[in-house]
Amino acid sequence: MAEAAIELIGINKSFGAVQANRDINLAIPAGTIHGIVGENGAGKSTLMSILYGFYQADSGEIRIGGKPAAIKTPSDAIAAGIGMVHQHFMLVQNFTVIENVILGAEGQPLLKTSIAKARSELERLERDYGLEVNPDAVVEELPVGLQQRVEILKALFRGADILILDEPTGVLTPAEADHLFRILRQLKEEGKTIVLITHKLREIMAVTDNVSVMRQGALVATRKTSETTVEELAELMVGRRVLLRVEKGTAAPGEVLLSVRNLTVKDSRGVTMVDNVSFDVRAGEIVGIAGVAGNGQSELLETISGIRVAVSGTVTLAGQPIDLTSEADPGELRERGLAHVPEDRHHMGLVLAFEENENAILGYHDQSHYLRGPFLDIEAIRDDAREKIGKYDIRPSDCRLKTANFSGGNQQKIVLSREMERDPKVLIVGQPTRGVDVGAIEFIHRRLIDMRDQGKAVLLVSVELDEIRSLADRILVMFAGRIVGERGPDATERECGLLMAGIDNREAAE
Amino acid sequence: MDFFNTLVLLLDSMVRLSVPLLFAALAGLYSERSGIFDIGLEGKMLAGAFASGAAAAVSGSAWLGLCAAVAISVFLSLVHGFASITHRGNQIVSGVAINFIAAGSTIILGQAWFSQGGRTPLLGADSRFGAVRLPFAEAVRDVPILGPIYSELLSGHSILVYIAFLMVPFTWWVLFRTRFGLRLRAVGENPAAVDTAGISVEWLRYRAVICTGILTGLAGTYLALAQNAGFVKDMSAGRGFIALAALIFAKWKPVPVMFACLLFGFLDATSIRFQGTPLPLIGPVPVQFMQALPYILTVILLAGFIGKAIPPRAGGQPYVKER
Amino acid sequence: MSTPYAKLPAWADYGLIPLVNLLVAFIVAGLVVLLVGENPFRAAAILVEGAFGGGQAIAYTLYYATSFIFTGLAVAVAFHCGLFNIGGEGQAYVGGLGVALICLSFDGTFPWWINFPLATLGAAAAGALWALIPAYLQAKRGSHIVITTIMFNFIAASLMVYLLVDVLKPAGSMAPQTRTFLEGGQLPKLNWVIEAFGLPIRSAPFNLSFLLALIAAFLVWVLIWRTRLGYEIRTRGHSPRAARYAGIGETRIIIVTMLISGALAGMMALNPVMGDQGRLQLDFVTGAGFVGIAVALMGRSHPAGIVPAAILFGMLYQGGAELAFEMPAISRDMIVIIQGLVILFAGALENMFRPYIQTIFASLKPRSAGLAAEKGG
Repeated sequence: MAEAAIELIGINKSFGAVQANRDINLAIPAGTIHGIVGENGAGKSTLMSILYGFYQADSGEIRIGGKPAAIKTPSDAIAAGIGMVHQHFMLVQNFTVIENVILGAEGQPLLKTSIAKARSELERLERDYGLEVNPDAVVEELPVGLQQRVEILKALFRGADILILDEPTGVLTPAEADHLFRILRQLKEEGKTIVLITHKLREIMAVTDNVSVMRQGALVATRKTSETTVEELAELMVGRRVLLRVEKGTAAPGEVLLSVRNLTVKDSRGVTMVDNVSFDVRAGEIVGIAGVAGNGQSELLETISGIRVAVSGTVTLAGQPIDLTSEADPGELRERGLAHVPEDRHHMGLVLAFEENENAILGYHDQSHYLRGPFLDIEAIRDDAREKIGKYDIRPSDCRLKTANFSGGNQQKIVLSREMERDPKVLIVGQPTRGVDVGAIEFIHRRLIDMRDQGKAVLLVSVELDEIRSLADRILVMFAGRIVGERGPDATERECGLLMAGIDNREAAE
Repeated sequence: MDFFNTLVLLLDSMVRLSVPLLFAALAGLYSERSGIFDIGLEGKMLAGAFASGAAAAVSGSAWLGLCAAVAISVFLSLVHGFASITHRGNQIVSGVAINFIAAGSTIILGQAWFSQGGRTPLLGADSRFGAVRLPFAEAVRDVPILGPIYSELLSGHSILVYIAFLMVPFTWWVLFRTRFGLRLRAVGENPAAVDTAGISVEWLRYRAVICTGILTGLAGTYLALAQNAGFVKDMSAGRGFIALAALIFAKWKPVPVMFACLLFGFLDATSIRFQGTPLPLIGPVPVQFMQALPYILTVILLAGFIGKAIPPRAGGQPYVKER
Repeated sequence: MSTPYAKLPAWADYGLIPLVNLLVAFIVAGLVVLLVGENPFRAAAILVEGAFGGGQAIAYTLYYATSFIFTGLAVAVAFHCGLFNIGGEGQAYVGGLGVALICLSFDGTFPWWINFPLATLGAAAAGALWALIPAYLQAKRGSHIVITTIMFNFIAASLMVYLLVDVLKPAGSMAPQTRTFLEGGQLPKLNWVIEAFGLPIRSAPFNLSFLLALIAAFLVWVLIWRTRLGYEIRTRGHSPRAARYAGIGETRIIIVTMLISGALAGMMALNPVMGDQGRLQLDFVTGAGFVGIAVALMGRSHPAGIVPAAILFGMLYQGGAELAFEMPAISRDMIVIIQGLVILFAGALENMFRPYIQTIFASLKPRSAGLAAEKGG
């Protein structure tokens, strides 16, 4: 084995009662691409934040290039030759590329000379690595892929020998991701060490030399990528063999309950987010919308549920048209049988500061059985909450506990119980298992199938292709705001992946 | 010629009245550009005025007065920083608190130390910032047009007036041509970007509020040692809030800040000069309307009817590391 | 990042921490007293004696507290909706106009018990109106309500000076104030309640609006925690996105909340204008709108906290007057300092001592701390 670029020895880190990292030991050889996989919440990002000096470990040692390194702040990490590309870009949106690149590495007090120097250095990096980007472009006007490139340039500009990338492909199309991987391989050729954090096994297999698996804060295994399989990694990640397919009967679709025609939505800047989208969802089927995050799925969900205003198009709910082109009332849609499990549980689906029972009526707080005139019927609300807690096995079973004190899975169950127990006609669900523990995922998937079997029309949006493929009876793929293709439940991953990149090659696949 | 002389006098008074606004608005600019909202400009200016009045009265030196003003005003800025940077408290609440602490303690301490009903003793010319005569001001006085402009409008102000106007290009230069300025603007837009670039968000913001303290100290000194001859209670009289309005009006940019302050100074000057005089076409305008005009204009601006004032993106929010 | 601090028992959260913060504010205030060469303990004794020593003192304390209950409630209601209404001062000032217009119109026609509800409506309507424009601009145009309400305080001051000097002042009078209201425009005093406890009162402005303030406090509690509207207000206050999701119209909830807030602030005017002075004067609000901020922060926006906090400030105002009499070096402006310190320590620095208190709790009872739920990615 080559000399270790990074050694982590006995790293521990707790946030309150949650132990995010426990006794991590890891050595990463220089000049390799090392993958770290794990589910959401497995502690990957925390570990890398410790390496980058964003947090300090409670105990343990970090060695860089064989020497003990005291990394207390990001500037220590930068000095030690570590660069990091964060999941959420650390860019100043209204600065130019070059301003972002020099920020913190200006060299001297006056900008003029620093910018001149940076310009020639950027030209060199562009030549060496094919990292082309206009240095005078304002960052907020660049597409996401280029913004990420600016992040990589920032790290290289600071002379990083070790580059950490945290979930770099979450916002990229497969094609952009492949381009990124080419860049990473080239950086490896130049002798850089790369740490790639992801929960996508495909990427690990495609680009890494070695891979470490994290589960519940612990590092459970390290393998040579060439000597492992997706199945083995998946098993290591969740701790037991997973059923890739949820068991379910065949769908028996009935009448059309949700019909969307020519829907177009723009964001506040006037950029088209949903572009002339049409589809139907029938009673007794789950329609899954797949796609890379940021291709209009969120806007689509929010528009159908009345939170966003559409520019044009019609939506028909159980045979009755609803007007979404002017300020719609989500409350009225609920009354007409639309239930919505939003993507953003923390800021939209729940009020974390509320007691559990208060969240159990969110959106339904104007229904007569919770009210006595203008007053809330506190007893009715709490009784109702207790009943749902029992039925959905929400823990702890205390309806007066603050919602923030429930785990992610139990919070999601609070939302699901609220939306599903209302006996809706149409259920639209966004990212139902994001940040949810494995046990709850199974429960949630089961409940969604049950809803289907009860004859509800279910529209499911998820960035997890596996989730879509195992639950949906029909798969629609969104790309750049449009629905670029429809597939059956037996579509291959490769086929869907190409569609998600905007490439329709049904012919090629056949 | 009469009209011209009136105009020169009016503009001269505009310049004098806009100086405290200019200092305070530029002060606010440093803080708010770094993401720390500051509605405590008023209090810091008042405390500065008191400190300069008191120190000048005791020591007989205007410059010592100035130092005292800057010291106390920086101290209050650090209190604001301690609450809103270190302890991530609500910046509005902290600013309100500082306004009260300054309003109360200037009177209490003034009464305790000087026993003149909250005033500081009247200062002689030596312990104030007197007028600076520019060269040849007397000689060219009688030259038509340019003479009065030079000798009345440009000459004869205290040194602080010249400093205030020099602070405008200086602030612009700091903000857009120096490393400190780049980082200051960055931390007000995206503190996480600054943090991950290896720069301490806290220290950067502390430096920004120290700049604010220095400039509000100058604003207070101007009130007590240049515009007046000593401290009078509540002498800032809402100027800190007009400065805040000017800052918003200027969309947090240094040169427009100067014009906004001149505009508000001009409104003030006209309302003093034409008190009760009917305006042509409009008739008599209540003086109260003129006094309220800066506030009304700012509300109209905030409503987005004249452009849109977009504050620094991270303004008002304490920086907490995400995990 | 849902819960930055571990959980404390409710009594520590709502009782102990505010108490510690308050204590620190008073210690610092004591240092100021020391600085001007007086004995802080003697000052405190005079202050308490001045506020509660005898019927006269108590009546004055409650008179001041009445105003602060109204303004504290006004700030608190807005807080619950995530809005910082810093304009209580201006809303109360304009509220006085509502009171005066009713009293000037009907004081010779109706008895006080008809004019009182009318004037209450007038005060509430005027205060609400003054909050309406900032509310509308926040809801519709996104103008920062803190700045607009500050601006509206100044605009209100100019407006009222203009009205009192140029419009409402009786002909031939020099003082910028309305004529004195007739008996139908003056509220009955409540001094007899205190006298019933055997505490004599010479004359004090403690009046019926105190009861109205207590009723308002109760109604605000009902509104916030027991009505559908209150649920909507709190939802929007905690999470505007969740409110949108729940079908709570943002424009409507902001405007309704600010109307309620402005109305409460406006009703403060009843106390001095109709209950004490019997006429509309310049600057009758004397900072009560701002005291409301301190009161709401100290009372944690809960009526059960606001009423005692208002009485505490009433005590400071009344006791402070006595203190100024006994110790000439300490004028009533001492109260302004204390107010500022309370806002600083109970508001901006409210979490300064929390980690220490949590450590103490954790060491006493290891299981009470903890429970951060969300695991990071």
